[in-house]
Amino acid sequence: MTGVQLQGDLWIGGAPLIRGLALGFAAGRWSCLLGPSGVGKSTIARLIAGLPGPYRLEGALATADGQSLAGRVAMLAQEPQLLPWADLVQNVTIGARLRGVRPDIARARALLGEVGLAGMEARHPAALSGGQRQRVALARVLIEECPVVVLDEPFSALDTVTRLAMQDLAARLLRGRTVILITHDPLEAVRLADQGWLLGRGGAEPLDLPASPTPRDFRAADTLAAQARLLARLHDQSLKTDRKEPCHAPH
Amino acid sequence: MRRIGAGLAAPLLALGLWQALVVLTALPPFILPGPGRVASSLWANAPLLWEQAQFTAVNLLSGLAAGVALGVATALNLALSPGARLLLRPMLIFAQAVPVFALAPVLTLWLGYGAASKVVIVMLVVYFPVTSAFFDGLMRLPSPLADLAQLMRATPLRRLLLLQVPHALPALGSGLRLAVVYAPFAVVIGEWVGSSRGLGYLMLMANGRGQTDLMFAALVVLVAQSLILFALLEAIAARWGRAV
Repeated sequence: MTGVQLQGDLWIGGAPLIRGLALGFAAGRWSCLLGPSGVGKSTIARLIAGLPGPYRLEGALATADGQSLAGRVAMLAQEPQLLPWADLVQNVTIGARLRGVRPDIARARALLGEVGLAGMEARHPAALSGGQRQRVALARVLIEECPVVVLDEPFSALDTVTRLAMQDLAARLLRGRTVILITHDPLEAVRLADQGWLLGRGGAEPLDLPASPTPRDFRAADTLAAQARLLARLHDQSLKTDRKEPCHAPH
Repeated sequence: MRRIGAGLAAPLLALGLWQALVVLTALPPFILPGPGRVASSLWANAPLLWEQAQFTAVNLLSGLAAGVALGVATALNLALSPGARLLLRPMLIFAQAVPVFALAPVLTLWLGYGAASKVVIVMLVVYFPVTSAFFDGLMRLPSPLADLAQLMRATPLRRLLLLQVPHALPALGSGLRLAVVYAPFAVVIGEWVGSSRGLGYLMLMANGRGQTDLMFAALVVLVAQSLILFALLEAIAARWGRAV
């Protein structure tokens, strides 16, 4: 396992997106980036995953062990990126096949069982529900055995109850990896994160999270209190932005 | 049963209009023969038509197969190699602007009156729609799948074969549909320009001798060939569709 540090200013085109980032994602823990849409969360996800985009980092993305992140990051996005023409086993083993390595079919079947899709191996993604598709994508992340996992709004498109179940499943199966969770849902952040930051135009501020172990019970008083505090901070932030936005008059 | 009835309605209406036109205008049979006369010519000349149709069909299928194979190979090569894109794409666009039918006389001059010139004309006519449709499909990999390839450190060849090709199959299907529509035109033009065999040659001869009913009979056989080809393609496409 390895920790990841991200420092510096993030630019989109010629405009600064977020300045003064100093994020340390602890090894083997879940770190969360919480913030409203358009604040640059997904850009940070793409940056860490090494995916191309119009962004530019003035600063450094470093790992604690000094090795490159290339090939050591798996990603679960809101859109599960499944191949519609392939069955579930083929979908889970696509990484090995794309690299020209022998796919481990037995492991793929075992992982499909672990994510709760035993007996559906021969199905195609079109025959699955949204939650089941994310389970396939999760199995595909697990088979890669990457030390760093980026979850970019992974459960945003799911209904509330399915989302809670997927959060529990991901927390259990990704335990011990360096997970970077990107979300706009305060409850998701409070349930899953060991540490986290609230992202805004001004930069990143640390989140105050309960001390209990994750995944936290969504009925527990400390979970709900933390969720309420985060919601209030997000709300305050959005009020400030709204007041600023229409006014671009010179100072 | 109802569908078959609906399918028959249009051809029957067309035949009725044709017969009505013949009766009403009282045109002589060497200008416009009626459906009955054409049918009896079909029957009377069946051995001749069958022989000429075989020649035409073999050229049509060979040219189609060669054009599709060459088009698919070109598209794959273009998708895989930026260098090839840089060199070949302007050439392809230029070549597409050349009306291939206009090349038919030159091809006949170079390749003779035999099958070769017809096969090459069909191949050229088929090549461009197949290449450009398949290539477009290959280059339009949705960005989530492109991200997936990058995250999984796919090799370029495996990215092509495992992601781009399956995603581009419907696009290839549209290219093939165009190809199957153009190919019969091309083979007939090849035979018109210079040939001693084939349905196109037969039509030209029959026309010159005032055997308009035979010309129409040859046309009917040609249309039947095209329809069979199209039905075959649709059957293959439906099969792919099920596999997807």
